Amino acid sequence: MADNQVVEPQVLPPNPEKATLEGRNKFLGFWFFLGGETVLFGSLFGTYLGLRTSTEGGPGPSELFHLDLVFIMTMILLTSSLTSVFAIINMKRGNFNKLLIWMWATVALGVAFLSFEIYEFYDYYFNYGLGFTVSAFASSFYTLVGTHGAHVAFGVGWITTLLIRYRKAGITLANAPKFYTAVLYWHFIDVVWVFIFTVVYLLGAGG
Amino acid sequence: MANSSPAKKSVLWDWLTTVDHKKIGIMYFLAGLFFFAVAGLEAILMRIQLMFPEMSFLGEQTYNELLTMHGTTMLFLAAMPLFFGFMNFVVPLQIGARDVAFPFINSLGFWLFLFGGIILNVSWFTGGAPDAAWTSYVPLSSDSPGHGVDYYVMGLQVSGAGTLMSGINFLVTIVNMRAPGMSMMRMPLFTWSTFVTSMLILFAFPALTVGLLLLMLDRIFGGAFFDVAMGGNVVIWQHLFWIFGHPEVYILILPAFGIFSEVISTFAKKRLFGYSAMVFATLIIGFLGFMVWAHHMFTVGMGPVANAIFAVATMAIAVPTGIKIFNWLLTLWGGRIRFTVANLFALAFIPSFVMGGVTGVMLATSAANYQFHDTYFVVAHFHYVIIGGSVFGIFAGTFYWWPKMFGYRLSEAWGKWFFWLFLIGFHMTFFVQHFLGLMGMPRRVASYLDGQNLNDLNFISTMGAFFMGTAFILLVINVLISRKNTENTDDPWDGRTLEWATTSPVQEYNFAQTPLVRDLDALFYEKMNGDGRMKAAEPLGDIHMPNGSILPIFIALGLSIASFGVIYYSWPVIIGGLVVTFFTMMLRSVIEDHGYNIPVSEITGEKGEDK
Repeated sequence: MADNQVVEPQVLPPNPEKATLEGRNKFLGFWFFLGGETVLFGSLFGTYLGLRTSTEGGPGPSELFHLDLVFIMTMILLTSSLTSVFAIINMKRGNFNKLLIWMWATVALGVAFLSFEIYEFYDYYFNYGLGFTVSAFASSFYTLVGTHGAHVAFGVGWITTLLIRYRKAGITLANAPKFYTAVLYWHFIDVVWVFIFTVVYLLGAGG
Repeated sequence: MANSSPAKKSVLWDWLTTVDHKKIGIMYFLAGLFFFAVAGLEAILMRIQLMFPEMSFLGEQTYNELLTMHGTTMLFLAAMPLFFGFMNFVVPLQIGARDVAFPFINSLGFWLFLFGGIILNVSWFTGGAPDAAWTSYVPLSSDSPGHGVDYYVMGLQVSGAGTLMSGINFLVTIVNMRAPGMSMMRMPLFTWSTFVTSMLILFAFPALTVGLLLLMLDRIFGGAFFDVAMGGNVVIWQHLFWIFGHPEVYILILPAFGIFSEVISTFAKKRLFGYSAMVFATLIIGFLGFMVWAHHMFTVGMGPVANAIFAVATMAIAVPTGIKIFNWLLTLWGGRIRFTVANLFALAFIPSFVMGGVTGVMLATSAANYQFHDTYFVVAHFHYVIIGGSVFGIFAGTFYWWPKMFGYRLSEAWGKWFFWLFLIGFHMTFFVQHFLGLMGMPRRVASYLDGQNLNDLNFISTMGAFFMGTAFILLVINVLISRKNTENTDDPWDGRTLEWATTSPVQEYNFAQTPLVRDLDALFYEKMNGDGRMKAAEPLGDIHMPNGSILPIFIALGLSIASFGVIYYSWPVIIGGLVVTFFTMMLRSVIEDHGYNIPVSEITGEKGEDK
């Protein structure tokens, strides 16, 4: 199998991520995995919706949530999806350096998002006294948003690993599926955040 | 990483690092058989305790632990791995593939399952097994003292992760790896049922993951999900558990349906009656399996509307199941039936499973369910569908595929003793439990009082359990004494599907040349319309194979270490375990392993699929 050869841009197949059977398997398998992840987050959302009014006298959504902060976080994450799209477009064009640049931009935005999230949790914990064990609302909020945050952190680690490993490799039929699935994953956690933004923050701030 | 040539490996290293779907299948099968024996023994201990009223053979706490571990082990560590064994071994052969889509993940799935099972069973030696039943309802489980339930949570979490990966692997394998001509509607029914089962795994297991996560957070990290005093809600656990749990019972029965479809059609020497109806019935059962979870919760107080909707949806499942039953009967009709042990289990399955189905419809009647709930009637029902369906399917598959998997045929004479003893024992044990339940005997209770007319039926039930235990010993003896039956193992049953076109034991690469599939029952078509051998879809050439890898064991080991860290609440151990796991995952991502090629000279030397 010659899938470790560097593909010259002029002979690059139009979809290098799906040019090999291994790539097609990864592509399909990852979509199935995201289907399972959907159920995972669906269950967490359901739990949160069942418990979001159970603040038991502790701090609740309307006093906690600052929509300005959440708006910034949303914009950062949506932009990071856009940069990852640019990366994939450049991968299909065979432009490896631009692929790297846009992927690094995605990582940077992911780190920025995580920093805001850590600040947010820090704020809730120290300034509002919203510990994980304070109420059922607190537990379900931290679990849902924290699971999403853990996914972002995993994505940052994953993409960084790929970027370091393939910093000089060029686009090959072996690494194109890897970048592609990492970006699929990144879009997925972006979509989940859109739901968190609406279901948790907008619904919470609006009462 | 791995050796460039597989021939240099020692046997142990070979099995620890293997990514061959056939070896992984055999490991799944043997591990499942081991756990089956363990869980069966637990059941027999419980039946001894219930042999006479107010026995003191076991303490109440021990009884609760045995009860929990029997159910949990049978479902997660015995029945599912046994089916996974068949799926791994048979499905790639049936679709004419050289391997599964993700050999590495396949191996990882197995090791996660095995380590999860070990975590769960270590609890016996560290101060008490989980004792809140396999459903682990909160607050019973969230308030259970000791570490037992923690083992339940972490053991199932680890093995569940493995199951999910295997499910995705089968899905991709079946969609992407089929041989030329093997369209979806030419796939053998076992492959179809594997496909639908994997769909169920994919969409059901994450709900269990979340349920276990919440229980872990509540028990160990002070969460308040199920703590009513903190605003928690105990019904959330029940919903999450059954959103997983009901598809789970279809995960257990659909592969058995697939096995019966293969066995009945082979031993009736007829094409399966109503193939497309069978496929669609399987799909409909898979879909409806997600729509009925709340029928386990009729007595929770969801109200008459919810109860009525879930009752009707549940009863609707009887329709596709009935379609399947009639199709099996019509396959047998006019066939040249051979009463081999595999077929005997298939034939015994039909009436036994129908009985379980009838009590299922009775239980689905939500008004009557208030009477049946938590009695032995429920126990009788689900043992009729799980033993009469899944376990009979496993035994039918064992006798049917044994020659292919292990290269020798099991003795039919010993097998028939085993079959009759098991069948009689099964009905003796569980038929009477219907009446025990209707007479009001509650399930999951360690004893019962004298003078309530429960004595005789309980005694009969225990005798039946001894019959089943004895039967299982006969199976083990059969496995040991039949080893010399090595002649006629390539295609001993005059098979219809592609796995019988390979040699026994199967070559590492399955097919020297990918077969060309020309019809449903591909091999039988060639027997009737060709020269009895599969036509090749590709010229003979070098075959590319994946390298083995030791990394899956380390990934699973890291997660197991982290699990013990959680159980005993030690952050250094948790972090240490996770570091091992994530570092190994990173290695897997960073090291590109392109496998090796088997040269064509070596293949022509042993010529894979020729007889």
